[in-house]
Amino acid sequence: MANSDNPTLSRRAMLGGVAGSAALATVARANDPAITEMQEWTQYLGDGVDAAPYGVPSEYEADAVRRDVPWLTADPVSSVNFTPLHKLEGIITPNGLCFERHHGGVAQIDPAMHRLMINGLVDKPLVFTMEDIKRFPRENRIYFLECAANTGMEWRGAQLNGCQFTHGMVHCVMYTGVPLRYLLEEAGVKTNAKWIMPEGADASAMTRSIPLDKALDDCLIAFAMNGEALRPEQGYPLRIVVPGWEGNMWVKWLRRIEVGDEPWHHREETSKYTDLLEGGKARRFTWEMDVKSVITNPSPQAPITHEKGHTVLSGLAWSGRGNIKRVDVSIDGGRNWRPARIDGPSHDKALHRFYHEFDWDGSPLLLQSRAVDSEGWVQPTKDALRDVRGTESIYHNNSIQTWHVRKGGEVENVEVG
Amino acid sequence: MSKWVDTALCTAAFVMCAGPSFADAFGLGRPATPAEIAAWDIDIRPDGAGLPIGQGTAAEGEEVYSEQCAVCHGDFGEGIDRWPILVGGGDTLENDRPVKTIGSYWPYASTIWDYVHRAMPFGEAQSLEDDEVYAITAYLLYMNDILEDDEAVLSNETFSDIVMPNVDGFIEDGRVEIDGMKGVEPCMNDCTDGPVSVTMRARVLDVTPDAEN
Ligand code: HEC
Repeated sequence: MANSDNPTLSRRAMLGGVAGSAALATVARANDPAITEMQEWTQYLGDGVDAAPYGVPSEYEADAVRRDVPWLTADPVSSVNFTPLHKLEGIITPNGLCFERHHGGVAQIDPAMHRLMINGLVDKPLVFTMEDIKRFPRENRIYFLECAANTGMEWRGAQLNGCQFTHGMVHCVMYTGVPLRYLLEEAGVKTNAKWIMPEGADASAMTRSIPLDKALDDCLIAFAMNGEALRPEQGYPLRIVVPGWEGNMWVKWLRRIEVGDEPWHHREETSKYTDLLEGGKARRFTWEMDVKSVITNPSPQAPITHEKGHTVLSGLAWSGRGNIKRVDVSIDGGRNWRPARIDGPSHDKALHRFYHEFDWDGSPLLLQSRAVDSEGWVQPTKDALRDVRGTESIYHNNSIQTWHVRKGGEVENVEVG
Repeated sequence: MSKWVDTALCTAAFVMCAGPSFADAFGLGRPATPAEIAAWDIDIRPDGAGLPIGQGTAAEGEEVYSEQCAVCHGDFGEGIDRWPILVGGGDTLENDRPVKTIGSYWPYASTIWDYVHRAMPFGEAQSLEDDEVYAITAYLLYMNDILEDDEAVLSNETFSDIVMPNVDGFIEDGRVEIDGMKGVEPCMNDCTDGPVSVTMRARVLDVTPDAEN
């Protein structure tokens, strides 16, 4: 579409243009130059197989990129960018579009110089090279990773126009890695051990306390995502995968795991990632990510560009407690609901894709989606969530999002009542 | 523990259970040496576990802080531009706009020592001497009115005397019992009192980065 080359062309003008040509088509159909004129790609040869040893997307997809919000943080080195959810299909996020959050920049680690140490309450403190790790039996698992602060800017009200910004701190890939319990058993966990603490090799030396039960249950030590080595910004060469739990715990550039009998109460589990409630008390160790969903199309960055008629609504749902049992969709701001259609694989703690196909009559819509997970948790309205959490939690905002589709198909982030 | 893991492994990788015990069977990795563990095992816990021998005073800490920290965090810990604020905010946690700092929010002083030592100064992590970290920690506590005497010695021995103001400010995850968002049958029809209308628009704030960002 031409608008990626021409930033001055406004969405309005584009909508007008589309609507105009559609109107024309119903009267007398003009010949379509896309058909009647010879295109250069039809006449001339394209690039050879040696042109792009590592392929990149079409130049016409240049706006399918991660974006950041500069006013959020003091320095891009300790900041976040957002997955362009409105540009994606299915449930797998391409590696280059997975949102990034790091606290000391992206470490560039030579895997030959990387080590993983396990120490603390173990019989034998051990050191593994990357080669050692790849000699353990490995597993392939699809999991979402969501930052606990995803949607955190919306607690006080509608703030950002785009699901990329309101919900884009989530991604979902297939990890390849070694079950952490194999490594722990190799070191021999002592009977009084109750916690582990993964630690990163980057300039923030990230640490979090994780209960040993979780570590032995489903945590992976991953070295690959979507079939290729982890990207540097996702922790190359090694990260811990903590399925269903807040993204901050998935320590990247993992270099050490300490086993202990008590949690460490480090900065990222006291100053950050604690949820302040009304009355001044804060919840801590709120690890699981709640059931959540969002409509990705249409959304503010992806308006409806056709006239009234058959319309595809699409979105994502996920839960840190299991899989998604059902998603309902409302087009009247939550007054009436109907079940959406979930399509594609349904994995525990992974993104689910849902659709709702409907005949749009061209009038304004208030779109909402509401997910229910396999444990019976129901995604709450914004008001219901604020009633129990106040507006200062920052983290774990899984409330129902409303998009207002205006008459011309433009979409905005709103709150309703 | 090791029995439990054996069973789990057998279910996960049944083919390998025919032979001897699967646990311990890989023989991968090598023992970590004491010097290697000492080099990497830098974490500190609230009970003081991990604190190295050392000491410092707030008066000494002020010097290091002015040189290495104030450029971002401000002379008084007030935070320059959007760099984090380190001081103040006492009695604001119940307010509409709470100010969460070391002094108002952090439950344990050990977290200051651990974090400053592992991650600060930003861009030159793990460059401070242990005595400097004690001194800076003392100074941050002093600026937050938690230590009163700027000549008082903070050391691995006196560390456990510090009680942070918000030590009792934290409760465990109560989402299941309190929030009541589990097991309710969601409403499908006529779920609101009358038609719904827009009450707030994101565009009013206009803080969304444009497509050129
Ligand atoms: C170049 C700017 C810079 C300098 C210099 C700097 N810091 Fe920081 N500091 C930061 C940033 C950025 C963060 C937040 C990092 C993150 O996002 O994880 C931070 C976080 C902190 C925090 C945690 C605040 C909180 O409430 O969570 C403390 C404590 C701290 N710094 C202390 C220090 C000390 C002590 C020094 C000097 C030895 C220092 N800093 C030097 C930029 C700086």
